[in-house]
Amino acid sequence: MSDFILFDEEFRLIKDVISRLKADAQAKVVFIVDKNGQQIAAQGDMESLDTTSLASLTAGNVAATDGLARLIGEREFPVLFHEGERDNVYISVVSQRVILVVIFDERSSLGLVRLRVRKANAELERIFETIQQKVEAEKTRRMEGFDSPFAEITDEDIDNLFRD
Amino acid sequence: MTFINYAAREINCKIVYYGPGLCGKTTNLQYIYDRTNPAAKGKLISLATETDRTLFFDFLPLDLGTVRGFKTRFHLYTVPGQVFYDASRKLILKGVDGVVFVADSQEARMDANVESLRNLEKNLAEHGFDLQTIPYVLQLNKRDLPTSLPADVLYRSLNFKGEPTFEATAPLGVGVFDTLKAVAKQVLMELRKK
Repeated sequence: MSDFILFDEEFRLIKDVISRLKADAQAKVVFIVDKNGQQIAAQGDMESLDTTSLASLTAGNVAATDGLARLIGEREFPVLFHEGERDNVYISVVSQRVILVVIFDERSSLGLVRLRVRKANAELERIFETIQQKVEAEKTRRMEGFDSPFAEITDEDIDNLFRD
Repeated sequence: MTFINYAAREINCKIVYYGPGLCGKTTNLQYIYDRTNPAAKGKLISLATETDRTLFFDFLPLDLGTVRGFKTRFHLYTVPGQVFYDASRKLILKGVDGVVFVADSQEARMDANVESLRNLEKNLAEHGFDLQTIPYVLQLNKRDLPTSLPADVLYRSLNFKGEPTFEATAPLGVGVFDTLKAVAKQVLMELRKK
């Protein structure tokens, strides 16, 4: 399986899309995680939120729901919605690879969020396609002898990490 | 699957603690959590039953420091060990970079160790990983119990490729950080090849 590499340029594009989505959908928070639970980008009032835990639990949630889907003969459930007393969470899967999460309250509505997410999804799909192509190109380049920044990690570098 | 974020200059890796029910996977994470500087760790999340059996997973994010200008973040997960949670166990191996197999040293749990190891191999294969090549460490836990088998007996039955092996007593922290360090090292060394 290939690694997931995020470059500056695409990171900025992703940030733009989710920041626009946050405004258009009148959401509190919008973030993107990959299906393995790593957070890719976030936008909104994150101070009160433990975003690392959110990312991991979201991925676990989507993975469990994917498992359920396959059990009943579906490929996946691309959209999940959790309704709370104050806040709601709208989760959708982009390109079968990353997860877009929108947290919103009574200032917005499910209909509006759904509409705006659909538009953002299309844009995100294109960006992640570009990332995929870049990762492939990078891989080929490395096979041809270009060094990665990690090619020279030494035992000492790693030992230093554990020196307290 | 390592996530390299050039924008944030971060490397994110996923390590999964595997093993039979009640072998001490959660205890490993709990000890690491208790002994890590608050600035370097996130919240320890446990999705457990009322009787503290892991239902889905435990999760602990850990910042280890900087390598070559990149912040290294390790996400530690445990799986539910009980046999009937296999579907959940499989999900957690998705995108794994390194595996720790926590074996229960007690004689009565030997069959459970072997069964869990086979299960690991099978579930890894379903995600396209090979236990022979993935970064992997064996931990022989519960060395303090009088019912535990000699370490060399366990080693002969469970060590299959000369992987780094550590004796541990997880509640006291014996062997816990050595295990983590060994698997993290292998995962980072893998990056060199990519």
